[in-house]
Amino acid sequence: MNYLQSIGQNTLNALMSFGRAFLMLAGAILAIPQSKNIRLTVQQIYVVGVQSLLIIIVSGLFIGMVMALQGYTILVNYGAEGSLGPMVALSLLRELGPVVTALLFAGRAGSALTAEIGLMKATEQLSSLEMMAVDPLRRIIAPRFWAGVIAMPMLALIFSAIGILGGHLVGVDWLGVDAGSYWSIMQATVEWDKDVVNGIIKSFVFAIVVTWIAIFKGYDAIPTSEGISQATTQTVVYSSLAVLGLDFVLTALMFGIN
Amino acid sequence: MSNSSTLVSVENLRFLRGDRVIYDDINLTIKKGKITAIMGPSGIGKTTLMKLIGGQLRPDAGDIRYAGDSVPQMSRRELYQTRKKMSMLFQSGALFTDISVYDNVAFALREHTKLNEDIIRTLVYLKLEAVGLRGAADLMPSELSGGMARRAALARAIALDPELIMYDEPFAGQDPISMGVLVKLIKALSSALDLTSIVVTHDVTEVLDIADYVYILANQKIIGEGTPAQIKASDSALVQQFLRGEADGPVPFHFPAEDLHDTLLGSPQQGGKK
Repeated sequence: MNYLQSIGQNTLNALMSFGRAFLMLAGAILAIPQSKNIRLTVQQIYVVGVQSLLIIIVSGLFIGMVMALQGYTILVNYGAEGSLGPMVALSLLRELGPVVTALLFAGRAGSALTAEIGLMKATEQLSSLEMMAVDPLRRIIAPRFWAGVIAMPMLALIFSAIGILGGHLVGVDWLGVDAGSYWSIMQATVEWDKDVVNGIIKSFVFAIVVTWIAIFKGYDAIPTSEGISQATTQTVVYSSLAVLGLDFVLTALMFGIN
Repeated sequence: MSNSSTLVSVENLRFLRGDRVIYDDINLTIKKGKITAIMGPSGIGKTTLMKLIGGQLRPDAGDIRYAGDSVPQMSRRELYQTRKKMSMLFQSGALFTDISVYDNVAFALREHTKLNEDIIRTLVYLKLEAVGLRGAADLMPSELSGGMARRAALARAIALDPELIMYDEPFAGQDPISMGVLVKLIKALSSALDLTSIVVTHDVTEVLDIADYVYILANQKIIGEGTPAQIKASDSALVQQFLRGEADGPVPFHFPAEDLHDTLLGSPQQGGKK
């Protein structure tokens, strides 16, 4: 009986937390944007986007290099090393760019958002905003949400571009693949709407989910040091799982049936 | 109940947190321009009362009226309009840690008025001067001591010239000098700006010096009320226990628990955390 009760209780808690998450997001994004909020959003884009550039560029470079190395050793057996360009580009644009960017973003920016908002709650800053007749949903939550949604697709594109250059560095400059075939076969194979746009759509969906989880976990955190540490961990775990799960669904929808 | 000299009235308020009763049918009246103290032991939910008055929490029963209007029944817009007239000094100060003291004080002015920066500058320095922190305008909140942070928060709280200011444990954790400064400030602000003040505290001597009227909360109820002189002369055992700081009496020292004998001799599974 206790076991059954705990299943029911956990289900109820999960549903209620979904409800709170929806209410928070609705309160934040349905607010009429003021010019002040645009300035705050730009500030946040700097914090979550520009300050994440280093980790995105370095990771993109290495992932491109590793893919070229692995791809070359397989393709060269069949004399197909000329196809290295499209292999690297397609894997990055369709999968690795959006997914790895989202995972890195969750670790770098998502955890920071959760901790920041959680601490604001713990130190009564959110409460005091409310008492000053300033809605924390508009003032704190909305700019951070939009900043994440705007920044992440751009980061994913930068990740893919750097990765393709990294692949060029290893494949062409070090292993001797013909530069002409690296670029021209890539250009012939990669399709704008099917590959590039689908990758951006994926990244956009991940951006919404990861940023939403991060700000909600902060906003809903138990305002103690233990609660905030738990919320930060949950942000990274839940957003990683959500990204990987959603990636499968989106891939199936986009590339599954032709 | 709502005659013109009353700013806030709490009527038959009942509030539960989970299954725990915090308030059971209490009535309070806050007079305009006076300092009303609400005292009681720690953990009794005094902060909760302020959040109820500010509309951040909703009562389970009863009503809270601000200038005659029911706070729990206000629409979001009305509530935000009302909150512009009240202000709250949080126990931690709750300064925004990412902006300077100056910007903290200017925050509400920039948010709710269309004043230009020159006038805001004048106002901010006047408020900071009033709390003795004009020299600290450019510091970040993390660079302030506890007492200074609370004074800076006080400057921020009076930035919009509110009608009502609620102090949450303003004296807790202050050294005697800061405490004296704060007591003076609260008194001075109240008389100079004709502010209505609610001071929630458990520091008996300080608050009895400045309060016009006192309520003592314990056991989910108001156990005593009156002017400081009436309170001191009260023959209620509850009130006297509180004033003299006795550990045990009508207000229990022990959190409700089973008999000690049962706890010590009972089976180990029942002890400690469940």
